[in-house]
Amino acid sequence: MSEPVRNRHEFVFLFDVENGNPNGDPDAGNMPRLDPETSYGLVTDVCLKRKIRNYVELAKGNADPFEIYVREKAVLGTVQGRAHAAVAKEGGKKADLIKEARDWMCAHFYDVRTFGAVMSLKENNCGQVRGPVQLNFARSIEPIVPLEVSITRMAVATEKEAESQSGDNRTMGRKHIVPYALYRAEGFVSAHLAAQTGFSEDDLALLWEALASMFDHDHSAARGKMSARKLVVFKHDSALGNAPAQKLFDLVGVARATDPDAPARAFADYAVTVNKADVPGGVTLIEKL
Amino acid sequence: MAFGVGLMVRGDYACFTRPEMKSERVSYDVMTPSAARGILEAVYWKPEITWVVDRIHVLSPIRFTTIRRNELGGKMPYGNVRSAMKGGSPPAVFIEEDRQQRAALVLRDVAYVIDAHFDVKGGDANTAKHKEMFERRARKGQCFHQPYLGCREFPAAFECLDGDAPQTGLPPADRDKDLGFMLHDIDFARDMTPRFFRARLQNGILTVPPFAEATA
Repeated sequence: MSEPVRNRHEFVFLFDVENGNPNGDPDAGNMPRLDPETSYGLVTDVCLKRKIRNYVELAKGNADPFEIYVREKAVLGTVQGRAHAAVAKEGGKKADLIKEARDWMCAHFYDVRTFGAVMSLKENNCGQVRGPVQLNFARSIEPIVPLEVSITRMAVATEKEAESQSGDNRTMGRKHIVPYALYRAEGFVSAHLAAQTGFSEDDLALLWEALASMFDHDHSAARGKMSARKLVVFKHDSALGNAPAQKLFDLVGVARATDPDAPARAFADYAVTVNKADVPGGVTLIEKL
Repeated sequence: MAFGVGLMVRGDYACFTRPEMKSERVSYDVMTPSAARGILEAVYWKPEITWVVDRIHVLSPIRFTTIRRNELGGKMPYGNVRSAMKGGSPPAVFIEEDRQQRAALVLRDVAYVIDAHFDVKGGDANTAKHKEMFERRARKGQCFHQPYLGCREFPAAFECLDGDAPQTGLPPADRDKDLGFMLHDIDFARDMTPRFFRARLQNGILTVPPFAEATA
């Protein structure tokens, strides 16, 4: 393992969706999430984290020390048959044992090191790991208009359905799509919390890789075409940071390149500007995508 | 107050969860003293000092929105980790088997000013040092980790406040309001007992009583 991350980072991540549903809202019958007041589309932080976890699991094959702790059933790989190095010592104070268990989890599980995890204990819930990486909700650049697409199915599932259809056997289904939207997410990496969980430079490189490639491994009938479009990383010279986060985020601007009255339907309809001239001292701007 | 500080915080969303509504989260109307303390500690904290929140100025109208998400139902039993460390099967949690959909009623577009001071508990009693370090960090946008508004997915932008807090942006009807009983903070010295106080907005300002006066 390489050294823990010593520099504070912020990042701006742009991704788009074409004829798909980036993140369904369980409250609205799986329609794309909308901010009801402004009609901007939303993608939750946990949705993006899930994709990062899935990518790391694919890329690293769930091998030590990049195991993924909160997993999806779909890729239940080779869990059995791997014995772990046991570091447990019986006896000792309970607090020491908890700390040992926490460190062990951080050492083996990428998502615990990165995002943290809550481990409950019998008496008091304090086996918590706070991860260095923090993501906010991704929001679309412009208001979105979700479409509801009705589709037909030429077969039915049960005899009962066939009877009610009187032999026609055709049923209707629905899909919700966003014709096109560009979303912007922002994130933070705390160097101090990285030191606490052992989140290393290799882990950070893997995080950037995951953000850049995760949509390529997440295709499904619901998603349509989703792509990572831009990843701008701000690396501070120090652990504490050298500039306020919001000032750095403002350096990445997204505006319409084409007539703003016509709906955007492609990434080319947007112009992304990265204002390198105004990057404050002590901060390095890195364009990963 | 010789060592009082002011910090302006703002964000798109916030969720200061009411402890009595934790599964389907419902936020308090305004930031709790406990959340304000967490924000100050994210910027600067040393074991020698304790942050004490004096006042919370509510600068923007109180608006709610709802968000429903798929969340994990349970937490990992500690025993699973211990047995894995001894060479058992590695711990894993399968989200499909333990999924809960939870709605959260969260605040929109919030802005606050936190007025606070710190008490020195022991060690280096150099109050000027702590105050200057806090202000230096707040001015430069430096922090131990990015502060957040109740939950980590709602990051807070912060800036050091010089001079007086801006006038409240609350509509006149909301400026003086009884907010009922509100969490003051958790008493870590007494087995994590939560303590409450009667919160009242007066001209958009929530004055926080001393922790000792809060009722458990």
